[in-house]
Amino acid sequence: MSPAVRRGVALTALAGLAAALLVACLGLPDFGHPRGPYATAVIPLALDARHVTSVVAAVTFDIRGIDTLGEELILFSAAVGATVLLRSQRGEDDTRAAVERQRALAERTPAPVRRVGAALAGPVLVLGVYVVAHGQLTPGGGFQGGVVLASAFLLVYAAGHVVRLQRVRPVALVEAGEALGAGAYALVAVGGLVFAGAALENFLPYGTTGQLLSGGTIPVLNVAVGVEVCGAVALILSELLDQALLRHGAP
Amino acid sequence: MNVVPYAVAVWLLAVGVYGVVTSRHLVHLVLCLAVAQASTYVLLLAIGYRTPGRAPIFFDIPPGTPVVDPVVQALTLTDVVVEATVTAVLLALAVQAHRRFGTADPDRLGELRG
Amino acid sequence: MNPLLLVTLALVALTGTATVFVRDPARQLVTAGVFGLALAIMFFAFGAPDVALSQIVVSTVAVPVMALLTLARLHRDDREGE
Repeated sequence: MSPAVRRGVALTALAGLAAALLVACLGLPDFGHPRGPYATAVIPLALDARHVTSVVAAVTFDIRGIDTLGEELILFSAAVGATVLLRSQRGEDDTRAAVERQRALAERTPAPVRRVGAALAGPVLVLGVYVVAHGQLTPGGGFQGGVVLASAFLLVYAAGHVVRLQRVRPVALVEAGEALGAGAYALVAVGGLVFAGAALENFLPYGTTGQLLSGGTIPVLNVAVGVEVCGAVALILSELLDQALLRHGAP
Repeated sequence: MNVVPYAVAVWLLAVGVYGVVTSRHLVHLVLCLAVAQASTYVLLLAIGYRTPGRAPIFFDIPPGTPVVDPVVQALTLTDVVVEATVTAVLLALAVQAHRRFGTADPDRLGELRG
Repeated sequence: MNPLLLVTLALVALTGTATVFVRDPARQLVTAGVFGLALAIMFFAFGAPDVALSQIVVSTVAVPVMALLTLARLHRDDREGE
């Protein structure tokens, strides 16, 4: 099918779909007056029974926690899938060439970029930890904070300081962190089963509303998700960066 | 006026799918898919909107104020994270396809056999 | 239906259309980042700060960086193959 024919077919089909969808949308409740009874029922439950102030965090990690478990496993398997697809068997020459390329690239990074990257890495790390820790009180939480933490890793790379440790390889740390986060979430789910009779049941004491340690298992799950998301995003980015330096160590 | 948010959602879906169908580069295709996925966010949040439009965070407002639907926001949050992961896997597949076929044009994948 | 919602929705529709019709991937990912920002502003206007934070973080940090790294990888694979 030639491109012009394909474009014509796509346009007619999409026009028909759009018209049908618009007619369907006219049957929805008025904009601004939703009818859902679940929403009005869930807000007092989050505030009084769980002692958290962010109802979205309570819904995500407690009331609909099983969906978040599935979503976290999606993230985990996507990181594993991308890693399997991108990691190839490379010979010794390829590794040495990659190391030389990395070093040349680090030397060519302009000085202001390196300075800004180095200066921002620390504050971004602190910001990420803050966002993860305050997930049940204010907007934020595990996912947002996790990606902010992964971008701290990216800043370190952009600053030209190629991440290089003598004994512990960073990729091993990143992979371990990701697996740890995913495992911790599953363990808390099983802990609910063991201690309170239902999986993902909130079995820790609730604390006072507005304090940092409130909401039972919600802050624990926040931290688990934060660690896991940071690990997954850092793993995907490092695979795309093809850090042969991280994988085989520096000579 | 009532139907404008839903119309924007439908428009984003149509434009995104058109971009995917007529794309000439795999990375362009992935970013157009992101536009199509954004239509679901707009639709979900438009369904859950309650007219004063306060966020469902009760850190500084008294309990009992009418707020936007929080369940729909939890769904959209999951949706955003899934978009990021799908994009990552598709980009990895694009790198593999390019390595195998030598081209990043979806129309010409499958022609060249390496 | 206040004007703020209308303006943010119009911005989203405009940047979404622009993202699709920019054909060069290297330029398109910048437009996609702007589209993500417009979406995030729209989410704030709709009273969804959690979703807006996720959208900012995913669509201006994760997706453009991944797309850019993929393009660099494709470019380098092209050069190595010659």
